[in-house]
Amino acid sequence: MIPMIDIRNAEKTFVMHLQDGIRLPVVRNVSFHVAPGECVVLSGPSGAGKSSILKMIFGNYRCDGGTIGVRHNGDVVDIATAEPREILGVRRDTIGYVSQFLRAVPRVAAIDVVAEPLLAAGVTREEARARAGALLKRLNIPERLWKLPPSTFSGGEQQRVNIARGFISDLPILLLDEPTASLDAANRAVVVELVAEKKRAGVAMVAIVHDDEVRHLIADRLVDVASFAAAAA
Amino acid sequence: MLDVTANSTAPGAGAGAAASDEPLLVAANLGKSYGRLAACRDVSFELYSGEVLAIVGESGSGKSTLLQILSGQLTPNTGSVSYRMRDGVTRDLATMDEAERRFLFRTDWGFVHQDPAMGLRMAVSAGANVGERLMAVGHNHYGKIRDTATSWLERVEISPERIDDAPRTYSGGMRQRLQIARNLVTEPRLVFMDEPTGGLDVSVQARLLDMMRTLVSELGLSAIVVTHDLAVARLLSHRVMVMQGGRVIETGLTDQVLDDPREPYTQLLVSSILPA
Ligand SMILES: Nc1ncnc2c1ncn2[C@@H]1O[C@H](COP(=O)(O)OP(=O)(O)OP(=O)(O)O)[C@@H](O)[C@H]1O
Ligand SMILES: Nc1ncnc2c1ncn2[C@@H]1O[C@H](COP(=O)(O)OP(=O)(O)OP(=O)(O)O)[C@@H](O)[C@H]1O
Ligand SMILES: [Mg+2]
Ligand SMILES: [Mg+2]
Repeated sequence: MIPMIDIRNAEKTFVMHLQDGIRLPVVRNVSFHVAPGECVVLSGPSGAGKSSILKMIFGNYRCDGGTIGVRHNGDVVDIATAEPREILGVRRDTIGYVSQFLRAVPRVAAIDVVAEPLLAAGVTREEARARAGALLKRLNIPERLWKLPPSTFSGGEQQRVNIARGFISDLPILLLDEPTASLDAANRAVVVELVAEKKRAGVAMVAIVHDDEVRHLIADRLVDVASFAAAAA
Repeated sequence: MLDVTANSTAPGAGAGAAASDEPLLVAANLGKSYGRLAACRDVSFELYSGEVLAIVGESGSGKSTLLQILSGQLTPNTGSVSYRMRDGVTRDLATMDEAERRFLFRTDWGFVHQDPAMGLRMAVSAGANVGERLMAVGHNHYGKIRDTATSWLERVEISPERIDDAPRTYSGGMRQRLQIARNLVTEPRLVFMDEPTGGLDVSVQARLLDMMRTLVSELGLSAIVVTHDLAVARLLSHRVMVMQGGRVIETGLTDQVLDDPREPYTQLLVSSILPA
């Protein structure tokens, strides 16, 4: 099967100009692929570069070498060299991303934060709101909170809004950075269910999960990020 | 828990607008000197329909100079600016006559100044400030103009009861919202903004930003926003250009430049602000 994501020899080094230009090599020779309907979990100790790899796939961090091939509207786009405009297109039509924390937009109601990716994809406001509400309900966010901006929500509530925003659209690739970190058992189970539904829909996923139980339930394959350590090489 | 990791917050790029493959505006090799001072040099970029570009950089780095060149208010010493007109034909601003440029400026473009007094007529009513731009594009039915002005005031959260008051009786935040309404009423495709949240206090800024963000995405606007506030760039723009000493030193996707800055000056800029 043709992979949705095909990473070859990707590498990342931070150069800290404010600290005498020290170089901080993070990863090198990152190579793996993800098929449709598959969930690959990145493992490795804190600081190994797991989040950095997800951010490179999303185009949020630049990639210093190698290629990050992503299937997008029938073509392959190399995120490592794509123009900003192409990356925006990839984010609109192909890759969803659930970051570890919600980046709250001031004054926007939770339900609209969740509905926004659907609006960007051209869905009507009513339908987008209805689907957002259904997902928030599933994630046990009380209806009285839907109209409030999430900036005052608890950590776990914010995380669930963030998950809803990530899972609402029908994008073929989903990147998940610790989606269950601040959730209780009942909500973790909802996330596991949501991931299973995405798999059935053929979505390719890359996830970072520390919780052994969740990892066991969602991972089809593990990729050990420690093996990409750049400093040791 | 506001975090500094990725998660694009800018409005969806070109959501409604059928993104054309031709750029809307092309800047090629722009340069402008004042005597021996190069206020801006070697600036080239393309802006596509539905894109919001932020220009950031320290005071004196040439941001306002560049914005004035782009909007045809200042003639560059080198280079050119081309714009794709509504009829699909791309024109070099330098080849347009003054009347054509002025028409473009009043209809297809908007220009939001940091100081609302520069973009408004302070002594005439709010309704007239908005209606004037409509009349400039040929509207002449008084009742319709007033209705449109009223609905725009509501859209920028100004009570229609204030329609007959002059903006000099308005607060700073209201003036800025009125200036935005005046600019958007003709449904321009491209809006230039120079420090649109500049003189306002923080809570007023948040409200204005949220409003601009909504309008930009609902109208599928393209915009070029000069700001020294990286939080404004983060919320409003898809792409960022960082200027220093008149040159563009770094450019890219907004969250990429802000989360993974490459140039020493950009790293300094990013590190010296509080997380957005
Ligand atoms: N924007 C950045 N600028 C400089 N260094 C960074 C940046 N982002 C990450 N790093 C560094 O890169 C290394 C890898 O970080 P990363 O967040 O990818 O680790 P991780 O494997 O996700 O760890 P954790 O499990 O703790 O989340 C760390 O040393 C981190 O300090
Ligand atoms: N009309 C002028 N005559 C002479 N010098 C000028 C003129 N306009 C601008 N300059 C100079 O050109 C440089 C760039 O000015 P510009 O206004 O573009 O900076 P800016 O980046 O917008 O700064 P700020 O953030 O302070 O508004 C400055 O050194 C300024 O003094
Ligand atoms: Mg991490
Ligand atoms: Mg200026």
